[in-house]
Amino acid sequence: MRHVAILGGGPAGLAAAQGALAAGARVSLIDEGDRLGGQFWRHHERLTDPRLQHAWHRFERLRGALAGGGAQVLVGASVWSAEASVDGVRLRAVVGDADGDGRSAIDVDADAVVVATGAHDLALPVPGWTLPGVTTAGAAQALAKRDGVAVGRRTVVSGSGPFLLPVAHSLALVGSHVVGVHETSRMPALAGGWLPRPWELAGKAGEFVGYVGALARHRIPYRTGSAVVRVLGRDRVEGVVVARLDADWRPMPGTEREVACDAVALGHGFTPRLEAALALGCAIDGDHRGRFVAVDDAQRTSVAGVFAAGEVTGIGGADAALAEGAVAGFVAAGGALDDPRLRGPVAARRRTHAFATRLERAHGIRPGWTSWLDDDTIVCRCEAVTRRAVAERADVPLRAMRLATRAGLGPCQGRTCGRAVEAIVAESGGAAASVGFDRRPVLAPVRIGELAALADTDPRT
Amino acid sequence: MRVVVIGAGIMGAACALALAERGAEVVVVDRVGVAGETSSRCEGNLLVSDKAPGPEADLAIASNAMWRDLAERLDADRPAGQPATEFEAKGGIVVAFAGGEAALERFADAQRATGIRAEAMDAAALAIAEPFLSPEVARAIRYPDDAQVQPSNATQALLATALRHGARLVIAEVTGGLGRPGRLAGVRTTAGPIAADVVVDCAGPWSGEVAARLGARLDIRPRRGVILVTTPMPQRVFHKVYDSDYVGAVGSGDAALQTSTVVESTPGGTVLIGSSRERVGFDERTGVAPAAAMAAKAVRLFPFLEHTTLLRSYFGFRPYAPDHLPVIGPDPEVAGLVHATGHEGAGIGLAPATAELVAHAVLGTPTALDPRPFLPSRRGLRETA
Ligand SMILES: Cc1cc2nc3c(=O)[nH]c(=O)nc-3n(C[C@H](O)[C@H](O)[C@H](O)COP(=O)(O)OP(=O)(O)OC[C@H]3O[C@@H](n4cnc5c(N)ncnc54)[C@H](O)[C@@H]3O)c2cc1C
Ligand SMILES: Cc1cc2nc3c(=O)[nH]c(=O)nc-3n(C[C@H](O)[C@H](O)[C@H](O)COP(=O)(O)OP(=O)(O)OC[C@H]3O[C@@H](n4cnc5c(N)ncnc54)[C@H](O)[C@@H]3O)c2cc1C
Repeated sequence: MRHVAILGGGPAGLAAAQGALAAGARVSLIDEGDRLGGQFWRHHERLTDPRLQHAWHRFERLRGALAGGGAQVLVGASVWSAEASVDGVRLRAVVGDADGDGRSAIDVDADAVVVATGAHDLALPVPGWTLPGVTTAGAAQALAKRDGVAVGRRTVVSGSGPFLLPVAHSLALVGSHVVGVHETSRMPALAGGWLPRPWELAGKAGEFVGYVGALARHRIPYRTGSAVVRVLGRDRVEGVVVARLDADWRPMPGTEREVACDAVALGHGFTPRLEAALALGCAIDGDHRGRFVAVDDAQRTSVAGVFAAGEVTGIGGADAALAEGAVAGFVAAGGALDDPRLRGPVAARRRTHAFATRLERAHGIRPGWTSWLDDDTIVCRCEAVTRRAVAERADVPLRAMRLATRAGLGPCQGRTCGRAVEAIVAESGGAAASVGFDRRPVLAPVRIGELAALADTDPRT
Repeated sequence: MRVVVIGAGIMGAACALALAERGAEVVVVDRVGVAGETSSRCEGNLLVSDKAPGPEADLAIASNAMWRDLAERLDADRPAGQPATEFEAKGGIVVAFAGGEAALERFADAQRATGIRAEAMDAAALAIAEPFLSPEVARAIRYPDDAQVQPSNATQALLATALRHGARLVIAEVTGGLGRPGRLAGVRTTAGPIAADVVVDCAGPWSGEVAARLGARLDIRPRRGVILVTTPMPQRVFHKVYDSDYVGAVGSGDAALQTSTVVESTPGGTVLIGSSRERVGFDERTGVAPAAAMAAKAVRLFPFLEHTTLLRSYFGFRPYAPDHLPVIGPDPEVAGLVHATGHEGAGIGLAPATAELVAHAVLGTPTALDPRPFLPSRRGLRETA
């Protein structure tokens, strides 16, 4: 029986598991989170308020399918190494707290793998963003959804993309006063992106309109072409400066105004978690404005036996992730793309891809954002590297720039700052960006002792 | 005299500076820019401890001394934005486990005869120098002259200084030679032709390929090495500490995975564990085998490492010649072509002395170093290319 490994238990991974089971494979699904669901269905067994969850029934059905199909489900398991060879795929994971005792190692050998590692939410730097009280929109959302906690009493949400709306809504539901949602993109871009073929948005547009309605009910102002361009405060957030932006996201002089608040949630889209796909050797499309695993109609990557689905292949929301996952899992298990059972997911995939294109056109990061930075704004927080330091070394290859400035060499390994650093390099006339910031051969923290143990026991070493 | 230097790694940067300071008009050509390859994918050890007596040891001793002045000079008049070399003469300690004492002592004795300082340490001295070292270590020898630089930053500093001395950097790929067969008169590049009296091949692991593009034959191959970096921690490793099996791996031509352990801490608090040696071409899929083997040896040296966390790993390709000696000097078949390559795992350490030999070959400037052992005319470099 074919064995399909699924890396990631968000919407894409869960749908892939269901698809692979339906096509008759044995399935192992691995996720580092304590619970399945990924970013979309992030929850806490007891604390989660059902109003904060969307399509929860869908999640329960997927979980049910996994249990019914006898899938091996490994949660709390971080995959730190992924290798593809002619013999198949090997994933190595460690289970348990990185700092705690009682960790154990698990290897999963499979005939095929579906990479569904999702995306991190991305916060572009803003002067003052290192002050306590500033979080990413994703972190604010996670705190609300999982723990029922609000990041602040008066919160300003700023960034771009429809995902700001559910974030603001969640914050309102857990009791924060959301002073405003500042959507960086301007009305023409939004109209260009969202309006010409509204039928393509089907469910999504409905969701969007629903959120706008919800914001109105909570009396949360939603402003487009506007952004937080500075965070104010001495020891923590005391307010922000918001400004109107031009089409390239450059603040327009004279439009700045101060707004008092004690928390800021920043979300400028998403950065896919590409490291597992890169370790497996998959080809990547795009540049620093958006870089994704390249896949064909059946979600196959450039490497035989390796499939990818969800946010690692493009930002299209949970519906896209579900459709892609279903296709990927089914085909990875040996099923045919034209199998009648795939008709629904294939159609949904086509629909949601159009949505992703639209999303990019309306909300894609524009280069002018760097003009709201000061020279000494910290860009890489781990190593306290300023914009000036990066710009000064922009003319050398990325690898040399990182070693000279230490940008992206700290604990997060460029996961937070990578895109921003690349944008500053590009703006300063530096060499074309490569996948340099996304390549992390160590996919998750692993102890030296755990590595050492493999030297003795593994026949392949 | 107009010189084209191919490659802006440590070798190209050091040669460019040496040539420009001695009055040559220098154009450095690199397809990715300064320090984009091997010289940013290595460790910056400036070692004498691992050198068996012979010509490479002599070169290493001279180069080690030259680095001290060079680093001071590069750091002294450093304009804003130019990184520091991070030169540090922290010294190395080579240790042997039970059974390996005699071999280590013999090796050190032979080294002392060539002028390398190698000091036997007793248990008490070792416990003070490296209190976290495994109690199973049976013998230790201190090499006070072992030092280090940050290799990428040192390369960037060398090139920046060369540029201030009038050298020029062109970012382009060298695709072929100018001139007639047997007589090079410059290079063809993706940015157009560049005429030159002499062309210096400093293309690291690609220098065999570059030689072929210029009509010459040179057998230089890549040897992959992996390095591990832990998350930052309070300092518990104070010198460069090597397992004496390091000595065995350097000269071996075996294709299979070899590891020799070097453990040290960096100013940022991370611990660096190097390195493996594998002849697998330019294969970038390292797998976990080298990392696992190195981790096991590192834990044997420093048991506390078992509970530390791996932050990242990286790899590079050492340029090596079939006889594992650097290749420095005029090409025997193509006039106007000089090579400076094949430094394998010691290119950072050997760069200043190599640059002096290249200046000697190109401009005829004097040198106290003996160029003969490294000449590209020696047997075995062209037959297999
Ligand atoms: C703040 C926020 C709000 C959102 N709101 C909405 C919304 O309202 N509507 C909507 O349609 N979409 C929304 N989205 C987007 C939605 O969450 C995503 O589209 C969807 O989750 C993508 O699914 P995925 O399966 O590709 O990735 P994810 O859900 O991100 O799942 C990836 C999984 O992979 C796991 N993983 C990654 N690497 C490893 C590893 N090395 N080892 C083990 N496990 C690993 C992660 O733990 C994670 O569980 C929101 C996203 C965010 C961040
Ligand atoms: C894991 C590892 C650890 C090491 N540790 C040490 C150590 O501790 N101490 C030490 O002394 N040495 C060490 N080394 C060895 C050292 O890294 C090398 O000897 C040295 O970096 C080689 O420098 P280079 O300038 O010859 O090559 P490179 O730095 O590779 O430079 C060659 C340049 O040539 C360019 N090039 C190639 N082809 C062309 C073309 N056709 N046109 C234009 N440009 C071209 C490339 O872009 C590149 O920039 C280590 C190596 C590895 C892999």
